[in-house]
Amino acid sequence: MSEAKVVGNPSANKKILDIKNLDISFQTNAGTIHAIRGVNLDLCKGETVAIVGESGSGKSVTMKAVMGLLDSNATVNSGEILYTYTDEKGQEATVDLLKLPKKQLRQNFNGQRIAMVFQDPMTSLDPTMTIGKQIMESMFLHLQMDKEAAKARALELLELVGIPDAEKRFKNYPHQLSGGMRQRVVIAIALSANPDILICDEPTTALDVTIQARILELIMEIQQKMGLSVVYITHDLGVVAKVADYVDVMYAGKIVEVGNVNEIFFEPKHPYTWGLLSAMPDLETDDDRLYSIPGSPPNLLREPKGDAFAARNQFALAIDEKAEPPLFQISPTHWAATWLLHPDAPKVEMPPELVARLARARKEAEKYL
Amino acid sequence: MTRFLVKRIGMMIVTLFLIALLTFVLMHAVPGGPFTSDKQVSKAVMDALNEKYKLNDPLWKQFLDYMRGLVRFDLGPSFKYQGKTVNDFISNGLPYSAKLGAITLVFVLCASIPMGIISALRNGKWQDMLVMALATVGVTIPSFVIATGLIYFFSFKLGWTPVYGVDKWQGYILPVIAMGGYSVSFLARLMRSSLLDVMGQDYIRTARAKGISETRVILKHALRNALIPVITVLGPTVANLLTGSFVIEKIFAIPGMGGYFVNSVTQRDYTTIMGMTVFYAAFLIAMVFIVDLFYCLIDPRIKYD
Ligand SMILES: Nc1ncnc2c1ncn2[C@@H]1O[C@H](COP(=O)(O)OP(=O)(O)OP(=O)(O)O)[C@@H](O)[C@H]1O
Ligand SMILES: [Mg+2]
Repeated sequence: MSEAKVVGNPSANKKILDIKNLDISFQTNAGTIHAIRGVNLDLCKGETVAIVGESGSGKSVTMKAVMGLLDSNATVNSGEILYTYTDEKGQEATVDLLKLPKKQLRQNFNGQRIAMVFQDPMTSLDPTMTIGKQIMESMFLHLQMDKEAAKARALELLELVGIPDAEKRFKNYPHQLSGGMRQRVVIAIALSANPDILICDEPTTALDVTIQARILELIMEIQQKMGLSVVYITHDLGVVAKVADYVDVMYAGKIVEVGNVNEIFFEPKHPYTWGLLSAMPDLETDDDRLYSIPGSPPNLLREPKGDAFAARNQFALAIDEKAEPPLFQISPTHWAATWLLHPDAPKVEMPPELVARLARARKEAEKYL
Repeated sequence: MTRFLVKRIGMMIVTLFLIALLTFVLMHAVPGGPFTSDKQVSKAVMDALNEKYKLNDPLWKQFLDYMRGLVRFDLGPSFKYQGKTVNDFISNGLPYSAKLGAITLVFVLCASIPMGIISALRNGKWQDMLVMALATVGVTIPSFVIATGLIYFFSFKLGWTPVYGVDKWQGYILPVIAMGGYSVSFLARLMRSSLLDVMGQDYIRTARAKGISETRVILKHALRNALIPVITVLGPTVANLLTGSFVIEKIFAIPGMGGYFVNSVTQRDYTTIMGMTVFYAAFLIAMVFIVDLFYCLIDPRIKYD
């Protein structure tokens, strides 16, 4: 083999997950909802990608597709989810998770290679089974451990996720634990079979701020220890700034801007990203009214015409009404889908308040470097 | 746990006492007595009878006497049948009723739960439609109509089963189906909706995300949770089977307790009415208690206090 040459992907790390042109719709009584409209997303080994976007933009659905756990009324119209891993024989292999038989996906990939922490910690644990058993379940299956080894590992994991008194908690039922504790247990379950990829869907929304921070630090710690690749789904841009290497901004079933964390936070190009950043609570603004993007996301029962964001975009151009913008490349890692980046477009800059805000945030961030 | 048991058993005794008191009062509130009948009986005979069975005592004394017997499990003599005690009736009838009840309960559980499970797992498919159609028939048609239909078809037309009596084992088939029909339908529907609900829960998604097989997801996570509401209604279901048995025993001429009970009411046989009511009540209370214990066992969220 010749020297590995990385083309089109400037990251030094190997691509582990490559979602290509994913397109999903849901059949409902009201009609067909075209929820995911051609999503492309990369994840490299050991890195963290955050998916941000308003509620209903399709973040969870995209990642549930990776797990093969879409609701039964979903149809995958097209796309590929390529996953690259080292198989039992130590050979590198790439599969399209969408083409895999359901049984095989469940048996060989879910939990064992790709694990997911779902949105609601309060209801994500079986109320009739002790948390110890729930953690050991996938170890028996994927790691072929005996009871003793599994228990030792479960206790280790409970300690790793910061649950004090692991021995006692092991025998507890979910209702005996607080929300924060349950969230940690859910993370312990996800980590129990040594996955390559951990997908966290709003891992901290149900928790108070201090516990939130602790859980995030915990995941980062574990990530460094185990070399995990992590996907965060979140509304909280504070979380993103803290943990992400790359950020995918999602709107109405599409990725509208993607870049590394500095590019998204300090040189965002898409007006939607500007809106999201402006809507972030900021302690230093004198103005205590919180900005929010005007209007609401389009109803995907009907196919949006032109740019789906146009109606809410104060910088919208005439062409936005007619044609959907392609992704324009800004840097090797930075892309955005807005006609403002077209060479013929009028020059439109970020709103000055946002520029000032981001400058302040940058100063703030530099203090900690 | 001990405290819970003591408390529960204490409450059961109080409940039973109240039921006995209420039955006693209601029974005596109805005009007439065990010895009023169409035939004219001379006043002297009437007085002698009333004297013999202590019906001339004040009511509170009669009640106390009765309760005194009850704590020794002595339900007293029958007022109508010379030389027979209520305990005799129960020991004659109970084996038949208990056997019929037990077989029906087993039938109900073995039929309804699998039906509900299949129906939920094949939601919307023909298996589901078939089960739901059967269940709708079962809850809407009264047991005596089902019984009559079954007898007409299987006994008269096909001659597969005896028309009445339980001397042969085939004799149990029709009464069990007629008596259990409602409960099978009711529980199958409940099991179906409960399992459908559980299958949509977040913790089932968590279990699937672990990579365990769908069979294991159902067996280890879904069923246990789905059974909780079913167990809650098992107590009332047993009650339903019991009361249903009066009619069914009559139709199929099964010499169980139901016949004695119905007769005792029409004949105003005070002690038998009392004895049977108290016996049924005690049985029901015990059943509900056992179901509750079972409930605590399967759902860790239920505490013993
Ligand atoms: N089973 C379903 N049937 C119909 N529509 C669905 C279904 N699941 C998701 N959707 C639709 O798909 C779109 C994307 O949903 P998704 O759950 O991915 O949003 P999200 O970005 O995760 O939002 P949130 O931040 O609120 O979790 C929504 O418009 C939602 O209504
Ligand atoms: Mg979501």
